[in-house]
Amino acid sequence: MISSHTEPLTFSTIAPNAGLKAALSMKRSDLIAEITNSQLKGRGGAGFPTGVKWNLAAAAQADRKFVVCNADEGEPGTFKDRVILTEHADLVFEGMTIGGYAIGAKEGIVYLRAEYTYLRKHLEQVLADRRAKGLLGKNVCGHDGFDFDIHIHMGAGAYICGEETALIESLEGHRGEPRNRPPFPVDTGFLGRPTIVNNVETFAWVTAILVKGSQWFKSHGTARSTGFKIFSVSGDCDKPGIYEFPMGITVSTLLEAVGGLGAKAVQIGGASGHCVPAAEFERTIAYEDVATGGSIMVFGPDRDMLRVAHNFLEFFVEESCGQCTPCRDGNPKILECIEMLDHGVCSSKYLQEICELGETMQVSSKCGLGQSSPNAFLSIVKHFRNELMGRGL
Amino acid sequence: MSDINQLDDKTRAPVSQRPHRIEAGGEGIGANITVTIDGQDVKVPMGTTILEAAEKIGIRIPTLCHHKDLCVAGVCRICSVQVDGMRTLQAACAYPISQPMKIHTHTKKVRQARRHILDLMLSNHYGECYTCGRNGNCELQSLAQEYGVDFFRFGKMEEPIFEIDRSSHSVIRDMNKCIMCRRCVRTCIDLQEVGCLEAIGRGDETEIGTFMDKPLADVICINCGQCINRCPTGALRANDPTDDVWRAIDDPKKHVVIQTAPAPRAAIGECFGLEPGVPMTFEMNTALRMAGFDKVFDTNFTADLTIIEEGTELLLRLKQALVDKKGPVFLPQFTSCSPGWIKYIEHFYPDMLDNLSSAKSPQQMFGAVIKTYYAQLHNIDPKDIVTVALMPCSAKKFECNRPEMMDSGFKDVDYGLTTRELAKMLKEAGIDLPRMAKSDFDDPFGTATGSGVIFGATGGVMEAALRTVIELVVGIKVENLFDHANIMPVRGFEGIKYVELTIPDVGPVPDILKGLFDSWDFLKGVTVKVAVVHGTGNAKKVLDNIKAGGKFAECHFIEFMACPGGCLGGGGQPIPTTPEIRAARAKAIYAEDEAYEIRKSHENPAVLELYTKFLTEGPCGHKSHKLLHTHYTPRGKYIA
Repeated sequence: MISSHTEPLTFSTIAPNAGLKAALSMKRSDLIAEITNSQLKGRGGAGFPTGVKWNLAAAAQADRKFVVCNADEGEPGTFKDRVILTEHADLVFEGMTIGGYAIGAKEGIVYLRAEYTYLRKHLEQVLADRRAKGLLGKNVCGHDGFDFDIHIHMGAGAYICGEETALIESLEGHRGEPRNRPPFPVDTGFLGRPTIVNNVETFAWVTAILVKGSQWFKSHGTARSTGFKIFSVSGDCDKPGIYEFPMGITVSTLLEAVGGLGAKAVQIGGASGHCVPAAEFERTIAYEDVATGGSIMVFGPDRDMLRVAHNFLEFFVEESCGQCTPCRDGNPKILECIEMLDHGVCSSKYLQEICELGETMQVSSKCGLGQSSPNAFLSIVKHFRNELMGRGL
Repeated sequence: MSDINQLDDKTRAPVSQRPHRIEAGGEGIGANITVTIDGQDVKVPMGTTILEAAEKIGIRIPTLCHHKDLCVAGVCRICSVQVDGMRTLQAACAYPISQPMKIHTHTKKVRQARRHILDLMLSNHYGECYTCGRNGNCELQSLAQEYGVDFFRFGKMEEPIFEIDRSSHSVIRDMNKCIMCRRCVRTCIDLQEVGCLEAIGRGDETEIGTFMDKPLADVICINCGQCINRCPTGALRANDPTDDVWRAIDDPKKHVVIQTAPAPRAAIGECFGLEPGVPMTFEMNTALRMAGFDKVFDTNFTADLTIIEEGTELLLRLKQALVDKKGPVFLPQFTSCSPGWIKYIEHFYPDMLDNLSSAKSPQQMFGAVIKTYYAQLHNIDPKDIVTVALMPCSAKKFECNRPEMMDSGFKDVDYGLTTRELAKMLKEAGIDLPRMAKSDFDDPFGTATGSGVIFGATGGVMEAALRTVIELVVGIKVENLFDHANIMPVRGFEGIKYVELTIPDVGPVPDILKGLFDSWDFLKGVTVKVAVVHGTGNAKKVLDNIKAGGKFAECHFIEFMACPGGCLGGGGQPIPTTPEIRAARAKAIYAEDEAYEIRKSHENPAVLELYTKFLTEGPCGHKSHKLLHTHYTPRGKYIA
């Protein structure tokens, strides 16, 4: 187990069930207003405002609604949800229950990544304990008329099922492939019903916000990226592991904390994120600058950036769902180009063609996977062009 | 009639693929929204897609995965357009308009994206256009031309990498030409509710596959060929016997006869540049003789024969149910002319096979009659006769190869030829079909009726059966009940139609049926309930309703056709197919019916002659049973 290097995490300081009790004492609209006011954004990486999402789902009329916790933590280099689920599962379930109350849902589902099957027993135990304590089930916490329960659904190993609509397809028993949007899950989600899909960490922060208040949360981070964020740091640094930082810290501050000074580049946001070169280490980690779902990979001076790109693209070639043309057929072309570069047989002109293809993929792929899969390659070409050209001679 | 469509809507289509319609109206929401496309304003109902809105003002957006018969996919992305305020391009076919927006369909970004998408498809497509059955009628080829593709930007597939699946008598799959638009998957799963094709694998290894990647002949494919009609490229095609047919024609020892079904003649003109809905019946007779066929017969002859046999069978079942009240009676009786439907029920409802009429399809009846009666009549050794069947259908190819279809002592029908394949043969022979003089069918099977013709459209078999049963039982002219004998309630493209007809009074039993019935008294006052179903997706709803004891369980007779629209929308018909094209073909078929002097099967003199000279025991007699009836195979859907 990779341990936390920020002790204690804010999560460790949150009193159990205080958030849930606070939420249940509020009117639904006030509860959602509190979340909206905190300006909490999705911690899975996309950064959609949680309050807005919940508000839409709350306003939707339907016979059933669903709260889904996206625990399909598949982004290469991310492992913070694993730690949160291991050490703070109660906070997550509490956040889901609060979400259920806020939007008027009775059913919660945790979509758990197949590789985390070993966690299931622990999570089931936490859920059983919560049921025994009246924190799940009929009339949650003695709140008349609010019934809510959570069950766990196992993923089967597809990266794409971390995309919320593919996750929902998978939940329904279909092949995990993204849907067309609109309609969005808040309107037409699981079984065609309004559904909120939030990341593990987002639910935990919801609970924290209910305990500490939206003003506290907002007082940290930047104006457009409020609060704290949990990071999974790996790669060429002295102290890889889990960190909590306020949003908006610079890459260099982070590197200093993790013992990664002297790095040549940092991949922020996992395989689908951006590669930030040393010259840009003063950039901030925030939704308005370089966003991340938590993955930070440090590349030391000896790393071969073409190998880095190769590694990422191999991943996407395999993990594309295979549905839309730009992603299914585009990623292999980028990978092929990387191999040509490696053998020194890629002309500047063809490299240019492939970079333009990457831009096409960014705008024309059906979902976030294909839209972001060229990011790493494009930023490596931009910043490390000299390292890529003239090889294999 | 449409309540069942809502009641039993257990569609397997994922939500993502169902057409999304935002309800128009509602509080504060106007039913119409004005959007601007390339600077032009257009007002559309909420939920209209960008593609439809653009079409409305004459702006063409290219599509590939989109098909009018199918639910939305949004997977090929060729229809990408730019919308102000949105970072990414949007798929015009999949984006429902819910607010005013400014849309641009040909900006630099859009053009670049479309070129790239096309280049990617071409790089993974085995584009040997010369040797492709879809050369000249390929949507990928057209787009490449339209977008001025003049080199392979991302390379091309030099050698095929997939083995071509030629296992099926009906459908051939060549995945080297597949561009993953998934129209076939949506056709198979959503439209036909068969589900034998599905995307398998992930990432760059995604391909369209069958259960366990088995050959098509070994899975639950019903051979309907609807996937062929909707494939934009040559990845799916029918198993083409034209070389064998030419070989037979070229062999002077062979007597080659062709029977032509009603649906191809209403559609083959499309292969010669005519608008859909121009019938080519009599021009085709001339053309077929020019091509070298020794005799040209009309399948309508055995369509009429089918009505007599199947109608008699129905009356016998009704008698058993209402008079004898003995033993199990299998009602409703299901029609058995559509071989796609037969394979569907064999796979999916093998416990309901007893409800099927045992009458063979007109194609197979014809084959059996030609190699027995006709052979005797003309003193030709049946082993020297080659029977070819021009059909709108790919499943007919499987049907004629069923092992039980050899009742004449020979293979009753040697080759099933589709409309597309005949068009190809005629073109090869330099025959410009629309310019041919008109000529009649050959005797003795050239006399047909309007009832036979309408077999080509959904509801046609039912209408033909009703015309005959009403006259034989009630003893009055159908025209007295229905204007011009047009039984309108069973016509039209509604997926499931349900009709009730009360028999007010009965007449005397006609001579032809005297051996089987003493009187019709048992039918007096009976309300006959019938239904007409096309597309196996609709068939599933009706069969489930029957199993659940719903209103269709009360029916006496149900017409089922595997293909949408009936035979005129068959898997062997010209490509493309759309609801409009099918409607035009139907119009041609009904117009031909109106033009016939004789419009009822039981009045066909050639059929009556067959009963006096050959099938002397009458309908459903011993000889009929041997030659004109068959049995079915419970297959189940669990493939070993």
